[in-house]
Amino acid sequence: MSHTAEHSHDASHAEVHVHRDDFGSKLGMWLFLFTEVILFGGLFLLYFSYRVKYSHDFHEGAMELDLVKGTMNTAILLTSSLTMALSILFLTKGNKKWSLIHLAVTILCGFGFLINKYFEYGHKIELGIYPSKTSGELMNMPEGQQVFFGLYWAMTGLHSFHVIVGMILLSYFGVQIIKQTKVTQENYARLENGGLYWHLVDLIWIFLFPLFYLLH
Amino acid sequence: MSHGNEHAEEHHSVGLGTYSIVWFALLALTAITVAVAGINLGDYTLFIAMLVASIKAMIVINVFMHVKFDNVVVKWFLAVCGIIFAIMFIFLAFDVLLRY
Repeated sequence: MSHTAEHSHDASHAEVHVHRDDFGSKLGMWLFLFTEVILFGGLFLLYFSYRVKYSHDFHEGAMELDLVKGTMNTAILLTSSLTMALSILFLTKGNKKWSLIHLAVTILCGFGFLINKYFEYGHKIELGIYPSKTSGELMNMPEGQQVFFGLYWAMTGLHSFHVIVGMILLSYFGVQIIKQTKVTQENYARLENGGLYWHLVDLIWIFLFPLFYLLH
Repeated sequence: MSHGNEHAEEHHSVGLGTYSIVWFALLALTAITVAVAGINLGDYTLFIAMLVASIKAMIVINVFMHVKFDNVVVKWFLAVCGIIFAIMFIFLAFDVLLRY
């Protein structure tokens, strides 16, 4: 923040008018992230309540989940958070090429995460564990397991949706870095805010992972 | 925000080394939780899993999301959000834990 503030000061002397409030946009981003926290937070509270009520069924349900895929996805998202931070770091140092490379790796990690999820969801659907009243096995399962898998689909599904949105956002910023239009060495607030969003997606997964996959 | 403050913040820019160490620590913590999950710790299982997750979250928030080096306003934002969520959780926990 301090960097951009000073740079924009310098720029306003050289050019005509620079109307930018990087700190304001960052605060706005944080406000948005808090609404995201409350959105997922509600689901986490629901998870907590039902886990207390159906602790046995939750354990049984978790046995069906793939710990290896879950752990892989955790490592993938943590790595993507690293490359995201490095992409911003390289951009602020004026290294456009390495910034783009790290941004591309971040997006690829998102792809990897989704591919993993695709196979995981596919396997669940094969087993008939998916929300449906007319087909599948879920309705024949104990009540607690129905709740467990309902929450599993809702929470990991909503999270995967966030990964997709993040990938689209970061791709868009990547194009702007190439074009040197709205994201440059001096003006990197957009990429920084995109990074905050990406890290939040990682944060949510940090809590989803132990609550669903490590419940043995 | 004063200029003196801005300069103080500038000294704390995070580099490649710090990011790499933090990334490695996060992976190590993940490995630890996965390993510990295999051991049956009874009632402490959830507590330990959540403790490790919270440590990981603090690291991501402070280093990757730069909150440690950020303006005090951002820190207050975060604190207020945390308190609101904690209140929601505590009141729900009273109800749920006394019910079952």
